[in-house]
Amino acid sequence: MTSPASAPLLKVRELSTWFHTGRTVARAVDSVSFDVMPHETVGLVGESGCGKSVTSLSILRLIERPGRIEPGSRIEFEGRDLLSLDDRAIRDIRGNRISMIFQEPMTSLNPVFTVGDQIAEVARVHGTASRHEARERAVDMLQQVGVPAPAERAREYPHQLSGGLRQRAMIAMALMMHPALLIADEPTTALDVTIQAQILELLAELQERVGMSILLITHDLGVIAESASRVLVMYAGQIVEEAPVRMLFAAAHHPYTEGLLSAMPRMGDRRERLTVIPGTVPSPTEWPAGCRFHDRCAYAWDRCRVETPPLYQIGTGHVSRCHLAAEPARRQFPHAAAAGGAAPAS
Amino acid sequence: MHTLVWIAAAVLTTLICGAVARAGDADSGSPWRVALTRLRDNHVAFLALCVIVGLLVMAVLAPWLAPYSPIAQPDIVRLKNLPPSLAHPFGTDFASRDVFSRALYGARVSLSVALLAIVVSASVGTAYGAIAGYVGGNVDTIMMRLIDAALSVPRILLLIAVLALWAPVPLPVLILLLGLTGWFGVSRVVRAQVLSLRERDMVVAARALGASDRQILWRHILPNVLSPVIVSITLGIANVLIVEAGLSYLGVGVRPPAASWGNMILDGADEIASLWWISTFPGLAIVITVMAFNLLGDGLRDALDPRQVDG
Repeated sequence: MTSPASAPLLKVRELSTWFHTGRTVARAVDSVSFDVMPHETVGLVGESGCGKSVTSLSILRLIERPGRIEPGSRIEFEGRDLLSLDDRAIRDIRGNRISMIFQEPMTSLNPVFTVGDQIAEVARVHGTASRHEARERAVDMLQQVGVPAPAERAREYPHQLSGGLRQRAMIAMALMMHPALLIADEPTTALDVTIQAQILELLAELQERVGMSILLITHDLGVIAESASRVLVMYAGQIVEEAPVRMLFAAAHHPYTEGLLSAMPRMGDRRERLTVIPGTVPSPTEWPAGCRFHDRCAYAWDRCRVETPPLYQIGTGHVSRCHLAAEPARRQFPHAAAAGGAAPAS
Repeated sequence: MHTLVWIAAAVLTTLICGAVARAGDADSGSPWRVALTRLRDNHVAFLALCVIVGLLVMAVLAPWLAPYSPIAQPDIVRLKNLPPSLAHPFGTDFASRDVFSRALYGARVSLSVALLAIVVSASVGTAYGAIAGYVGGNVDTIMMRLIDAALSVPRILLLIAVLALWAPVPLPVLILLLGLTGWFGVSRVVRAQVLSLRERDMVVAARALGASDRQILWRHILPNVLSPVIVSITLGIANVLIVEAGLSYLGVGVRPPAASWGNMILDGADEIASLWWISTFPGLAIVITVMAFNLLGDGLRDALDPRQVDG
């Protein structure tokens, strides 16, 4: 666990990443702030389209036109301002101090090179090893990420490996340079459930061994419960709730988080149908006024439609972007459907 | 005659084709090996490949394989216009030259012109297409509109105009001209492929691991556009062969007395009804070669299909 005195490894402040297409501006990420402490696993959850992937790509400055990280955003990593680095300096950080793994291990590997080649390539890119050394370290990394017969696997091509093995190979690539921060963008979404658990276990084990921090991006609260110590909930380009993982599961404050939790199937669940949050994430080109969740919220009242809620302090390390924090009595009176009149989907 | 050299040529061809077939046996996961295996198992394409290898071997060994000199005119009265016989398998032409020997030397000229021209086309086309596709945006738009403009000029007409004004054209210039007017198709193919590769997860992943644009282009983009380039090179060779033959037939390509299949057809064109052998054999050579390259190209397209390599 982190001591309160230690400085954050990654400090994101007022991060806004907007996509400028013609006349419209999609505010995919809008003033997001959070910290990642050393050796910590932070979960970032939310529905598709809420901005979590754009947030992670922004950290490594992998946003391409027409996307743009807006002025005023700040990303500090190990005390350096990532947004002011030149191209070469940011490339030095990528894959070296901050690594990233992606959802699709099937398409994230190059089909024409062997797996070993591609892992070794990372060391070559960062100019730290001879061809031979890089090759040996690649095999060693494959072993560390639990690939059986790593020397043989290193000589194989991506299409010869299963999804789980490919994701392990991607992790080996990402960890080759012993990064301080690993950004895992839905690392288990494309995998079978049993493989999912193995990969999560592997990440936890590697984190223990290497001492890195992990920013785990997922839409699956189950994955969060298993791995993260702190959770950020994102909705419509904003962070709507932040809490230690246990507190979030025990006492979620934001109605959106509540919705996510009740949409999750649990052991011993007798419900015939899972609860769903009515409606869909609004379009990033026109976020609703006031609270961005108000037209899907069961508690929304007049105030929510006009006044943008700030992040209210709920408890230690627990904040929520919901006016219920100011008027808790209103939680007694949920109304049936959201303002949009959307019937619960089934 | 030159029996020993002919046997050597046959053995060489067999060895090369055998090596290709055996390389296809290897149980490796390499996409290139997999493609080779698939090519070998495609009988038509493999036969076409063997024909091409045979033609290349004959072209290279032409000086030793040819029974006569291609340009010497031993007796333009008694030995001219002889029909095919054992001494002259393809007959002789109006200048008493052995058509068979000329066809062998013609293979040298025609094949090397086509191969070198396609090297020029493929290099220029790949570079141009890769830049347009990778940079994208307005650069891409301008570069592609330039190609559209260039394609609106008929290639043969342009070449005839340039060659007729510039006569006599040295062979290297002819090759360069053929190459520089033939790369538009390649660059379109490469550009389209690069556009789609650029958006692939593997490129984002490589960038996230710190690769630079140059590294991404060389490691991730170009190796993956190689397959369509190989296919379009193979089909392009057939095309250049025809263009060169056409130009030589019109008298502006390869100049006599040097033999090319195109100008050999011209030699016999006036008397095609009576002295049929002078034009027919070089014509057949063109047909067989062009067909072989086209069939090989089709086979390669199937063998290199990335949708079958992945999966």
